[in-house]
Amino acid sequence: MRNLWAIYTKELRSYFVSPVAYVIAGVFLFLSGYLFRNILMQFNFWCIQFSQRAQFMQGGMPNLNLNEMVVTQFFGVMDFIWLLVVPMLTMRLLAEEKKNGTMELLMTSPISTVEILLGKFFACLTLYMTIVALTLVYCGILELYGDPDWGPIWSAYLGYLLLGGTFIGVGMLASSVTENQIVAVLLAFGALLTLWLIDWSASFAGPTAAKVLQYLSIIQHLQDFQRGVIDTSDVVFYLSFIFFSLFVTTRVLESRRWRR
Amino acid sequence: MIEVDQLSKEYGDVTAVDGVSFRAERGQILGFLGPNGAGKTTTMRMLTCYLPPSAGTASVDGYDVVDESMEVRRRIGYLPESPPVYMDMTVDAYLGFVARIKGVPTNQMRARIDETMEKTGVAHVRSNVIGHLSKGYRQRVGLAQALVHNPSVLILDEPTVGLDPKQIIEIREVIKSLRGEHTIVLSTHILPEVSMTCEKVVIISQGRIVGEGSPESLTAQLKESDVLHAQVLGPVEAVGEALRSIDGVLDARQEGDDSQADSWVISVTPGQDVRDAVSRAIIDGGFSLRELRSQDMSLEDIFLRLTTEETTV
Ligand SMILES: Nc1ncnc2c1ncn2[C@@H]1O[C@H](COP(=O)(O)OP(=O)(O)OP(=O)(O)O)[C@@H](O)[C@H]1O
Ligand SMILES: [Mg+2]
Repeated sequence: MRNLWAIYTKELRSYFVSPVAYVIAGVFLFLSGYLFRNILMQFNFWCIQFSQRAQFMQGGMPNLNLNEMVVTQFFGVMDFIWLLVVPMLTMRLLAEEKKNGTMELLMTSPISTVEILLGKFFACLTLYMTIVALTLVYCGILELYGDPDWGPIWSAYLGYLLLGGTFIGVGMLASSVTENQIVAVLLAFGALLTLWLIDWSASFAGPTAAKVLQYLSIIQHLQDFQRGVIDTSDVVFYLSFIFFSLFVTTRVLESRRWRR
Repeated sequence: MIEVDQLSKEYGDVTAVDGVSFRAERGQILGFLGPNGAGKTTTMRMLTCYLPPSAGTASVDGYDVVDESMEVRRRIGYLPESPPVYMDMTVDAYLGFVARIKGVPTNQMRARIDETMEKTGVAHVRSNVIGHLSKGYRQRVGLAQALVHNPSVLILDEPTVGLDPKQIIEIREVIKSLRGEHTIVLSTHILPEVSMTCEKVVIISQGRIVGEGSPESLTAQLKESDVLHAQVLGPVEAVGEALRSIDGVLDARQEGDDSQADSWVISVTPGQDVRDAVSRAIIDGGFSLRELRSQDMSLEDIFLRLTTEETTV
């Protein structure tokens, strides 16, 4: 536990002393702010349109739902931004240690590979959740001028925690197989995009294969969270995905110990 | 204490270390000497549990490097070829981090860090970022990192490489000051380093041990020179023939180029003194003998001989 904490604080520190964390947070906030503004303008536009036509409509106003039309849509596009951003947070985690020779220090210290990985994993997750939490500002704006339902918002954030963990797990695995950070980031993009789009091929596959492919799609499971539904099977999916990727990463790192 | 028994390491087809055995007693400084690519780093990586051996065993303070790796890792301090430092950390923060992962108890940490910084002479740069330190200071920080948990065994891979002469001397002094408390294995391809700091030398070449002993005994072992230098005036062919026909002479050849046509290098069966026979043969042949001396082998010569002639022997 003490070792894990040592790695965790070292890793978190190194994110915040380098400009990386700030640049990524800045770029992310800019993009998400831009998207949020546009989604909000769109919603506004519809509201005006419908209220003007309401008098001509039969059966009154259609249901303009703030949650469905703003919150869910906003969270939906954020997923993709994270797919692009998380590999940049994870790429250095192991590749850099290997490149600088500091892996030799870690691996010859009385500390287990699992402790190293978990320390790094939670450090990255902390940074990720910090940036994610900044988007609460947008929800705050909605609360100020509207009346959003906070249930789905909180469940969406839980979904983000799990999705982030999954992205980070895959990113760390990519970072463990190379000493080159560019290679690590590209591998992570490739793997995540594949997992993102995997359900696309489901429509052309047999019924069983389609189910498997759909199940593997990392994005499908998020939709429930964004609708305010916390389904244990989704939680289990993400947790087992995280466990699996960290487990494989452990094996990759330890392979040098048993490869005679 | 370190015991290495028939240790081997293969990288695919390349045998980097081939059946190496040696011992380093508690408190001893053992010099691990060899040319580039000899297998020094590979051996040290096996000793520090970074790489598993392909065959053979090694133990540190009685703990096996494969089966009891955690115990071994607790007891060793390791300075790899390039110091394993984080460029964005200050010296203080870095040593704190290392002390923590090496398991130094929290209440002793401050004292340990201060003591090691004092010992390695980095106390005055403690709040500098490592990336801004000179190569020599980074090397010192690397050494401090290896010492911070007061390990019983220190493994230093070329600790003075890339330093200026003054810093080399200082680092050597630091290492010598550690004698007695720690068992130290240091690798190098610089000879004076070994004769100055080590009690025991292991010479390795192409993955195999080619010589072992104290610097003095190694020199003594081969002092009965097997090389004679002679200056002989006379026709080259005839002199060569005369020299080669002496019992105990393995070979005689001219040294250098034409300008030294009269200088000869005579290799002799080790342990046999043929100086009388050589001088007699030269006089009997009607040539004139200007000079005859047996070459005093320095550790350098032994090193070169052992490591370069290994393939021809
Ligand atoms: N990871 C590796 N993969 C393949 N071969 C390797 C690897 N590491 C070392 N070798 C080979 O093993 C041999 C021994 O290398 P090693 O680094 O142990 O030598 P060394 O004695 O430390 O040399 P130097 O004085 O240059 O540091 C070399 O022939 C080297 O090419
Ligand atoms: Mg080396």
